Amino acid sequence: MSTINQSGWRPTTPQAGSASSDTFTGNRALMLEEALIFEIGSADTTGVDFADAPTGKSRLGDLGRDTAIGLPGLSEPEAVRHYTRLSRQNYAIDLGLFPLGSCTMKHNPRLNERMARLPGFADLHPLTPVDACQGAFEVIHQLAHWLVTLTGMHSVAMSPKAGAHGELCGVLAIRAALDAKGEQARKVLLVPESAHGTNPATAAFAGFSVEDIPATEAGRVNLRALKERLGPDVAGVMITNPNTCGLFEPDMREISDAVHEAGGFVYCDGANFNAIVGRVRPGDLGIDAMHINLHKTFSTPHGGGGPGSGPVVFSEALTPYAPLPFVEMQGDHFALVEEETAGEHHASSFGRMVAFHGQMGMFTRALTYILSHGADGLRQVAEDSVLNANYILRSMEDVLDAPFGKAGPCMHEAIFSDKGLPEGFSTIDIAKGLIDEGFHPMTVYFPLVVHGAMLVEPTETESKAALDQFIGAFRSVAARARNGDPEIKTAPHFAPRRRLDETLAARKPVLVWKEPVRAEAAE
Amino acid sequence: MRYLPLTPTDRTAMLATIGAKSVDDLFVDVPQAARLDGPVHGLPNHASELAVERHMSALAKKNLAAGDVPFFLGCGAYKHHVPASVDHLIQRGEFLTAYTPYQPEIAQGTLQVMFEFQTQVARLLGCDVANASMYDGSTACWEAITMARRVTKRGKAILSGGLHPHYVSVANTMAKFTGDLLVTSLPTLSPHPDTDDLIAQIDDETSCVVVQYPDILGRIGDLSKLAEAAHAKKALLVAVVTEPVALGAIRSPGEMGADIVVGEGQSIGVGLQFGGPYVGLFACSEKLVRQMPGRLCGQTVDAEGRRGFVLTLSTREQHIRREKATSNICTSSVLCALAWSIHMTLLGEKGLRQLAAVNHAGASAAADRLAQVSGVELVTPTFFNEFTLKLSKEARPVVRALADKGILAGVSLGRLYPDAAGLANGLVVAVTETTTQEDVETLASALQEALA
Repeated sequence: MSTINQSGWRPTTPQAGSASSDTFTGNRALMLEEALIFEIGSADTTGVDFADAPTGKSRLGDLGRDTAIGLPGLSEPEAVRHYTRLSRQNYAIDLGLFPLGSCTMKHNPRLNERMARLPGFADLHPLTPVDACQGAFEVIHQLAHWLVTLTGMHSVAMSPKAGAHGELCGVLAIRAALDAKGEQARKVLLVPESAHGTNPATAAFAGFSVEDIPATEAGRVNLRALKERLGPDVAGVMITNPNTCGLFEPDMREISDAVHEAGGFVYCDGANFNAIVGRVRPGDLGIDAMHINLHKTFSTPHGGGGPGSGPVVFSEALTPYAPLPFVEMQGDHFALVEEETAGEHHASSFGRMVAFHGQMGMFTRALTYILSHGADGLRQVAEDSVLNANYILRSMEDVLDAPFGKAGPCMHEAIFSDKGLPEGFSTIDIAKGLIDEGFHPMTVYFPLVVHGAMLVEPTETESKAALDQFIGAFRSVAARARNGDPEIKTAPHFAPRRRLDETLAARKPVLVWKEPVRAEAAE
Repeated sequence: MRYLPLTPTDRTAMLATIGAKSVDDLFVDVPQAARLDGPVHGLPNHASELAVERHMSALAKKNLAAGDVPFFLGCGAYKHHVPASVDHLIQRGEFLTAYTPYQPEIAQGTLQVMFEFQTQVARLLGCDVANASMYDGSTACWEAITMARRVTKRGKAILSGGLHPHYVSVANTMAKFTGDLLVTSLPTLSPHPDTDDLIAQIDDETSCVVVQYPDILGRIGDLSKLAEAAHAKKALLVAVVTEPVALGAIRSPGEMGADIVVGEGQSIGVGLQFGGPYVGLFACSEKLVRQMPGRLCGQTVDAEGRRGFVLTLSTREQHIRREKATSNICTSSVLCALAWSIHMTLLGEKGLRQLAAVNHAGASAAADRLAQVSGVELVTPTFFNEFTLKLSKEARPVVRALADKGILAGVSLGRLYPDAAGLANGLVVAVTETTTQEDVETLASALQEALA
C-alpha cells in the first residue's frame, strides 16, 4: 500500500535498507501523484502580484476580517504543475471515444472557445446599456432563429442555465398556461419509466405530482396505458424522444393528439436532438415545449459536469407564458424585454428564472458550431450519429444481449444488457474492464427499464477507425466476462486509482479537507 | 464539414455491416409524415473556419467591452483581472472536454478539484461544508430558500430589500408555483441595511431570512443580531454574497451565524461573459448537509487503500430519488468552479487579502472624489468596493448619455427598480483593481458636465 497521499505530499528520505516493489514517491513515470493544495500551499505564498493599495480611509465599519481564512496559496509555477498533473488523471473526449449514452460527448472544436473569448463577448457586463451590447443580443437572436427553425417551433426561451433548468422552464410554462385557463385542478404530470431522473424531480419541484407510464416490451411508451390515464386531472406528459432506450417513439404524433384532446400539454426532453436534427422537426410531432442541451447537440464543453445551457422551444400555445428576459427585434434594433418592459403583449410571462441572460458564453460557442456545420452539416450530424450507433449495435449483438436489437435500427445510441453473463459478473465489471482498455465506459444501469443496462452513444464525431478500435476492446471485455475471467472482477488495474469505495464515502462523508492533526484530536 | 470524420467509403462499408441499403433505412421508425426529406428552409449551409470567425468577430465588435472604456458596473457581476494561467489551465482538453465524473477511477483530476473547491468555498464563506457549485448566485439563492423550507417545514421566507432585485424576481417566480410565502421589500437610499425591519418581521411561520452582504447598494452590516433573532424563532439565516472578493476584507457570514451562505462566484476566475456561465457558491452547517442540493465530492479510499475522491451522498439526487429528490439540479458549473479554484489558489490567503485591500482602498478614494462633484451625494457610509451615489437628476438617462460617450458609469437603480420613484436618482458604482485613477477622473468630469 502506498502511503503517498495518506499524510500528504511531504518530502522524506528513504531509510537505509528499505526496499519496496512500488515506487518511493507513489509516482508511475509520467503519471504523477498529486497532493491537495492544502498540503502543499501556504497562507504566505501567492501567485499574483499587486500594485500597492492607494491610501484612503477604511469604510468597513467594524467588520474588518481579523481571523485567518485558511486559504493556501501556490506560486504560479507550482499552480501550473498542480493543475496540469491533476488534468492528466482525467479521461476526456480529447483523449478518445466517450460513449456515454444519453449524455452525448462529442468533439469540442477550439474555434468555439476562441470566439467565446472575444472581448466583445467575454468582457461584457450583463447590465451594459442596451445600445452598447447590440452584438450580444444579435448572437442570442441568431441562435434563437436557428433553434426555432430546426425544431419547427414557435418561440424559444434562451435563459435556462442547463437541461434540467430547461425542463423546469417548460413545465412552469405549462402550469402558467393551465392556470390562465382556470385549469388549476390539473396537477398530474405523466412521466414514462424511461425518462431521465430529472424529469420527475423537475415536475415535483414545480409543484406537480408525478405518475409513471410503463414501457412496452419494445422499449416504447405504452400508448394504451397512457391514453387510459389521461383525464381532467392530468396537466400533460413529459416524454423523451428519441427516448433513452435509443429508440424513436413512432406514436409520438398520436400521443400528442391524445394529450391535447384531453386538455393537456406535451413536454419533450430534447437531450437526444442530435439524432434527428435536420431530419425531424419536433414541432411537426405536436410537442409544446422541448429543451435543447447546447453541449450535446451543438457542442459546448461540459468541463467535468457543467456549465450546461438549456434553451426551451415552445409551441404557439405556450409562447405567451415564456420566461423573462428575452431579446426582441424592434425595428432595426434589439430590445431586451424585462419585467419593466414586458408590456401588455408579454403580460402572461411566468417571470424570471435567472439573474441575467442565461449562458451567453455557451450561446457564442453553439452559434459558432452551428454556423460551421450549416443546415446541410447538421442533417449529416443526425445521419452519422445514427449510422455510428447502429454500427456498434450490429457489431456487438453476438457477444452481448441487445434487448431491442430485433425491433429494428436504433437511433443515436445502442443498448445492451447483462443477460447471459455468468453468475457473479455484471455490467459494472464490463465498464471497469473497458477502463483498462483505455476507454471511458458507456452509461451503466440506465435506463432502468433494462436490467444491467449498458447504453452506448458514439456520436457523429467518431471515425470508423475509432469505432473499430472501441468495438474490438468492447468485444474483448464482453468475451472475458462471458468466460468468467476473474481478473475483470478487480478491474481497473491500470487507472490512476483501483476501484474506489463509494459506500465508505457516503457512510462517513468527508467533504472538506481538515488538518490531519486537528482531525485526530477531534476523534 | 470538418468535424465529421466518416468518408463516403466508410459509410458504405458500415451500412453493409449493418445490413441496410441506405441511411434512410435507419430512420424507418420515423413516420413518413414527420420526416423532413429536403433541406431546412431559410438556413445557410456550412461555412469555413475563416468565414465563421469573421462573422462572430463582427458581432463582437458591436459591443462595448468593459476593458476598452472607463468602467464602473457591478450589481452582481464584477470586472476583475484574471491571471493568464487560469484560462490556460481550464482550456487543457482533459479538463475542458471531460464529462461529469461518473467513473471516478479515471476522473480523479476533476474530483480532486471539486474537493479542493468545496474546502476553499466553505472556508471563505465561513461554513462547515460546501457543494461543488450551482448554476449561479440567483438560482443558488432560491435553492437555499427551498432548503430552509425542507429543514424548518415552514414556507414563509423574509427577503431583505437589499437583496439583488433579480434574485428576488427568481424567488418570486418560483414561489408563485410552489406556494411559498415571500415577504419582500424595496431598498431605500438609507445609509444602513434594513436589519431592524427584518428582525421585526420574523415570526413562528418564518423558515428563513435572506439577506445580501454586502447588499445591492454596497452597504455592509453586522449579521450577528439578525442571526440571533432568526435562531430565537427557530428560523434560518440565509446570507447571499455576490462579491466574494469582499470576504478577503470583511468577516464571513458563517462566522456571524448564517446557517446557509450562497453566492455568485463570478468575480473570482470567471469573467463577465454577459451574465453567464457563472458559478454558484453554496455552503451550510454540517448538520444540514443531507438537505443540501447539487453535486458533492467526498474523500474515500481505493482497493489498495490509496486516497481518492468520488461523487457522494447521491441518495439526495434526482437520478436515485426521482420526484423525492432534494432538487432537480443535475449539471453544475464545474468548469467555472475549476477556474474559480485555480484563481483562488493563485491568490492564496495573502493574495486575496491584498486584492481585497486594493479594491477597498480604490473604491474609498473614488467615493471621496466623486462626492466632490456638485450634485453628487455619497449615500453609503460603509461599503467594500461598490457604493451608491444620489445624483441631483434621474440616474438612468445620465448613464445612457455617458455610455454614448464611451463611459460605463455604473448601474442606475432606475434600471433595476423601474417603478420605485424614490430610487430613480440612485447610481451604484463599482471600483476594482482594474479601475485606474484616470478612469475615476474621467467619470468625475463627465458627471460634473451631465449634472450641471
